[in-house]
Amino acid sequence: MKIFQPKNLQYLFIAAFAFFFMESCKPKGTQSAATGDASKAYVAPGKYDEFYNFVSGGFSGQMAVYGLPSGRLLRVIPVFSTDPEKGWGYSEETKPMLNTSHGFVPWDDAHHPEMSQTNGEVDGRWVFINGNNTPRIARIDLTTFRTAEIIEIPNSAGNHSSAFITQNTEYVVAGTRFSVPPDDANGDVPIDTYKQNFKGNVSFIKVDSVSGNMKIAFQIRTPGVNFDLSHAGKGNSHGWFFFSCYNSEQANTLLEVNASQRDKDFIMAVNWKKAEEYLKAGKGRKQAVRYAHNTYSDKTHSATSKIETEITILDSKELADMVYLIPCPKSPHGCDVDPTGEYIVGSGKLAALVPVFSFTKLQKAIADKAFDGDYEGIPVIKYEAALHGEVKKPGLGPLHTEFDEKGNAYTSMFVSSEIVKWNVKSLEILDRVPTYYSIGHLMVPGGDSRKPFGKYLVGYNKITKDRYLPTGPELAQSAQLYDISGDKMKLILDFPTIGEPHYAQAAPAGLISKNSLKFFKIEENEHPYVSKGEGQAKVTRDGNKVHINITSIRSHFNPDNIEGVRVGDEVYFHLTNLEQDWDVPHGFSVKGANNSELLVMPGETQTLKWVPEKAGMYPFYCTDFCSALHQEMQGYIRISPAGSNVPLSFSTGKTPTPAAGKTATPATK
Amino acid sequence: MKMAKLLTVLFFSTSLFFISCQEGVKKDEKELDVQELTKDQPETHGSELKESDITLGTPLDQTMVTTGKGIYELKCQACHKLTEEKLVGPGWKNVTKTRKPLWIMNMITNVEMMLETDPEAQKLLEQCMVRMPNQNITTADARSIVEFMRNNDGEK
Repeated sequence: MKIFQPKNLQYLFIAAFAFFFMESCKPKGTQSAATGDASKAYVAPGKYDEFYNFVSGGFSGQMAVYGLPSGRLLRVIPVFSTDPEKGWGYSEETKPMLNTSHGFVPWDDAHHPEMSQTNGEVDGRWVFINGNNTPRIARIDLTTFRTAEIIEIPNSAGNHSSAFITQNTEYVVAGTRFSVPPDDANGDVPIDTYKQNFKGNVSFIKVDSVSGNMKIAFQIRTPGVNFDLSHAGKGNSHGWFFFSCYNSEQANTLLEVNASQRDKDFIMAVNWKKAEEYLKAGKGRKQAVRYAHNTYSDKTHSATSKIETEITILDSKELADMVYLIPCPKSPHGCDVDPTGEYIVGSGKLAALVPVFSFTKLQKAIADKAFDGDYEGIPVIKYEAALHGEVKKPGLGPLHTEFDEKGNAYTSMFVSSEIVKWNVKSLEILDRVPTYYSIGHLMVPGGDSRKPFGKYLVGYNKITKDRYLPTGPELAQSAQLYDISGDKMKLILDFPTIGEPHYAQAAPAGLISKNSLKFFKIEENEHPYVSKGEGQAKVTRDGNKVHINITSIRSHFNPDNIEGVRVGDEVYFHLTNLEQDWDVPHGFSVKGANNSELLVMPGETQTLKWVPEKAGMYPFYCTDFCSALHQEMQGYIRISPAGSNVPLSFSTGKTPTPAAGKTATPATK
Repeated sequence: MKMAKLLTVLFFSTSLFFISCQEGVKKDEKELDVQELTKDQPETHGSELKESDITLGTPLDQTMVTTGKGIYELKCQACHKLTEEKLVGPGWKNVTKTRKPLWIMNMITNVEMMLETDPEAQKLLEQCMVRMPNQNITTADARSIVEFMRNNDGEK
């Protein structure tokens, strides 16, 4: 293993010394670490934050929305997860969002949110985020702050090198971390046939510029390496995409050791404009696959899931001038492009330097054929030919880099728990601050776009240890906010996060708040079971299915007395919230339902499925405090034994009587 | 390892130590007056209608009556009956005889303002105990509702 080589041992000793010193000064109080003006993170009651901060929820499968600089949690958005609070993944309308070719997968590991851009600037329309485990990409709509679309990625496993976008959101990419046998090949092969049978893939998913809808345009088939992270070129390098990869050794076991043998792995540079030409010229090969594509409609208030069956493969071995490999030291992790698009920063997590590549030099190297042989048919550029320079001795364990608008870069150092500020052109180190502890990603608002807002920087840490009051073995995750408006970075706030934060994005609040939807217009509701007004509330029987079109408004349901439902029936409560004002959701729950609640926004319809198993009386009520008479917002549904002849009836505000024949048919049989 | 290299790393490592031990969090010079800041929390209301914004005609505009009925069924019926009977809110029978059209329309389109300022609206809130919801009805639609109410009260 590389890091146990003698020369590195010395670094370890030094790092240990540094940690020792840090530990030794801790008793003075962790507050002493705050070097900046903490009042800069203070947002007074009733005041808004300057930035929205979208933070991946890691293994919670969610994405959290914070305000900056306050660190206040504004919302948690279920993405690749169910959320009983919102009925997400529990209501009939939302279940299809979590459908995959493997069926219903209610969880994933969400890593890298990326905001949509126009001309390389954050435009505040959508956030894309990847699900690692069962490879998926989601699009979150920033008018509703809800997941609007999820597309599964075939030929992929551990969808880590995602969900990064091109500068006009032409594409969102998805690179596979695990190489695997392609989906249409027999995967039942010995694992040690990795080198023959396992392939890498990076997917280019076209994003419709108006609707945002995603479609896999093509996949580039690559050698069987592990793709780690990626970023698009911008400005002059627009048209290119850069992916870091490790395991160029193509090991299939104990990667910790076996994928750390080579001195250099690669940054893969993809000329996607060239790939588009090949696609147009019919150079792609159609492959039969199966993957789910799920979309949510704010008109029908329902999701649909479709299984797609074909994609187009462009082979990196066969198609020239499309893919190049740039050697990058020691298992590169972060792959970040500066705001000008000229400099590509590769962070070798085991390296003692940070290489910075130049796009201009890369183009020259390609023109001059300054190659160092090839790797499975892909030209390998000579390291020095593409290199702008190296940041020497930046710290230990460089992972990720973000940028400000003044030509500076900020790199996170996992092993030495610090953030290092350096000048992109001169490669000179300008400042360093400690983080608490073991920082992973970091984020400057717009910090991976052409227009960063270099006022704040947030570090997202892997270890919390003693930062907050202890809560048993499992601790909150930790984020730290730094003021980077001056020459020196200054820590001004600590705040905990939901799940393990990986990457994050942020944008000026005004870009997003102005588009935020307040309620759904009831007139535009196209749900098949909508009740547009209480006059349309009804109960109907269709065989053993009972459909209850029920309405809510402060503070009653209509109907709130329902009889004639029997054991063996499938009951569907289709709740329409008739309110038309902001911030007046109504909730709905029924006793004993093996399900969550519904939380229905004004003008929306959502459906709770319930299969009662025992005759009896079942109360239901509104779960979201809605008015002074919220506690009165309740009803009863009577469940009779199978075969009972209790007639179907429903009412509100009167003694129940058998329902009129036109909307409810008496129980038959 | 070369000594220079070692020294560099040592330098950075110890600088970590110094930064992490830095004392002297500077106190903010001007104190923030939180209470003062909390006063500035504007709530957006609709714009108040004036007498001059409303004209009534006879005979009734039947198109407005039909439109008003549709809005009633979608957005009002859940709480208001067309008889005098109170449901959640008061029944609508004779409402046009006891309230001015201006009052009714402000109640529909600017309910927050009315509940804050109008004694009659406040009295109703005490009786009903539920704030009348803002159903996001436009001024034109509120006018149609008034026409529907006049029809319900027997005007021709």
